[in-house]
Amino acid sequence: MRRWLAPLLALLALPLLTGARDPILVPEVSQHEVDLQQGFTGTELLLFGAILTPEGSRAAQDYDIVVVLKGPTQSIVLREKQKVAGIWINAASTEFRSAPSYYAIASTRPIADIVDDKTAAIYELGLKWLQLSPIGAINPAEQVRFSEGLVDLNRHNGLYREEEGGVKVSEQVLYQARIGLPSRVPTGTYTAETFAISKGRVVASASSQVEVRKLGVELAIAHFSQDYGFAYGLLAVFVSVGMGWLAGRLFALV
Amino acid sequence: MDVYLPIANLSVNGLIIVGLGAITGLLSGIFGVGGGFLTTPLMIFYGIPPTVAAASAASQVTGASVSGVFAHSRRSGVDYQMGSVMVAGGILGTGIGALLFNLLEKLGQIDTVISILYVVLLGSIGGLMAKESIQAIRAERSGVPIAARKRRHHPMVASLPMRWRFYRSGLYISPLAPLLLGMGTGILTMLMGIGGGFILVPAMLYILGMSANVVVGTSLWQILFTTMATTMMHALTTHAIDIVLASLLLFGSVTGAQIGAMFSQKANPVKLRLLLAAIVLLVAARMALGLGYRPDEIYTMAPL
Repeated sequence: MRRWLAPLLALLALPLLTGARDPILVPEVSQHEVDLQQGFTGTELLLFGAILTPEGSRAAQDYDIVVVLKGPTQSIVLREKQKVAGIWINAASTEFRSAPSYYAIASTRPIADIVDDKTAAIYELGLKWLQLSPIGAINPAEQVRFSEGLVDLNRHNGLYREEEGGVKVSEQVLYQARIGLPSRVPTGTYTAETFAISKGRVVASASSQVEVRKLGVELAIAHFSQDYGFAYGLLAVFVSVGMGWLAGRLFALV
Repeated sequence: MDVYLPIANLSVNGLIIVGLGAITGLLSGIFGVGGGFLTTPLMIFYGIPPTVAAASAASQVTGASVSGVFAHSRRSGVDYQMGSVMVAGGILGTGIGALLFNLLEKLGQIDTVISILYVVLLGSIGGLMAKESIQAIRAERSGVPIAARKRRHHPMVASLPMRWRFYRSGLYISPLAPLLLGMGTGILTMLMGIGGGFILVPAMLYILGMSANVVVGTSLWQILFTTMATTMMHALTTHAIDIVLASLLLFGSVTGAQIGAMFSQKANPVKLRLLLAAIVLLVAARMALGLGYRPDEIYTMAPL
């Protein structure tokens, strides 16, 4: 037998071996596209699905469900204001390589009751466990302070959410969680992950994607301003002069 | 009426923005200032990102000054020669302002610098205006007129080399003085999103010593072209102009400006100046409080 075949066979056999005990998770998201356009004031996504035992019977009573909706990560610089000579100015800063632009988590019970810290950290379950990848060597205490600051800021803006008890289970088979997106939600590909957890162990997980995008005029304006700065500027000048002139003419008639 | 702003990336109540434009338009019609000093801070208080607010406010000032320029040029109230020198300075200033903007943004100090500039400039100009108008009101009441200030340019202006004749302004001075003045306001326009009329007018009167009947028209002329240059500069560098936001503001402000202009013909100019001084001082005080008090959010983030 070739050397590489053995592990491959073991891998293929894995679902068969463990599958006997793992539940079946069928997740769905109410919409896979969120369009940012006129009239958009934020929306609510419904993350729902069913959980069954391998035998096909109702299983929800045995499992805790955790759903996570995560936006694309970005590199950011976080600045901290301190009082210097009587005024508040940005005095300290740190950089994060992978701060999620959006993060929401909902669970049937408080995360701390469902899994231990180690598991929570591995699966990034909870704002406390986000892997932000700070850049540069800063001491742990400072790192914690900045991470908490980042989480706090984004919570304030509605971009980071944590809803313990946000997942509702009905008839022991259907689960659902409503997750709000504010109007300032960033664009990109979001991943919606669902975890079934039993006795502190993640026994099943599934993920799907949600596309948050600008459409139509809004997309055109965003592209226009980025790619054709000069023409966009001329348009803005033209609009402002035109409207000023028009108002003058109209009021002259009054 | 919810409106989604494609560049600011958030949705706002359109009526509030139009109303905000109308208030500043009223001010600009009544007092002959652009009103940018009020728009930018108010938009920031409302939750619009500071860069987008400053970039979009400039086009609002353009719109508000257009009809003013027409009105003044019909009455030969614009010194085009002086104005053009100042516009040249203003365009230079927007370039310098863009560099400064970039540098300060990298250092993370742009917000603080903008706030400090607001406090210092509005505080001092507002204080001066208040003092002057209170003196004028007292003089009116007591019946003793204040001795008219002798119109003369500042000694520093006289020491500059190379002199040009500016006929309409009644001046024989170095073009460097208006050039530098234009440049200074150009920098401020780029950084603060203001037209700078409330700085230009006193500077043209008391530093350059221009004749009073061309001061307002010429300052509007300079503001018109400098804010246009600022809009272009923002479009090319910060990409932060939100044309939807700017259009809403413009709609309010051009209408407000016309109504304000009608109103100003009936009101007592001295009292109007005192009112403007009070508004300017109020904005400065609010900005100063914002610097001194612990902000709600001490963290801010920016993309790397």
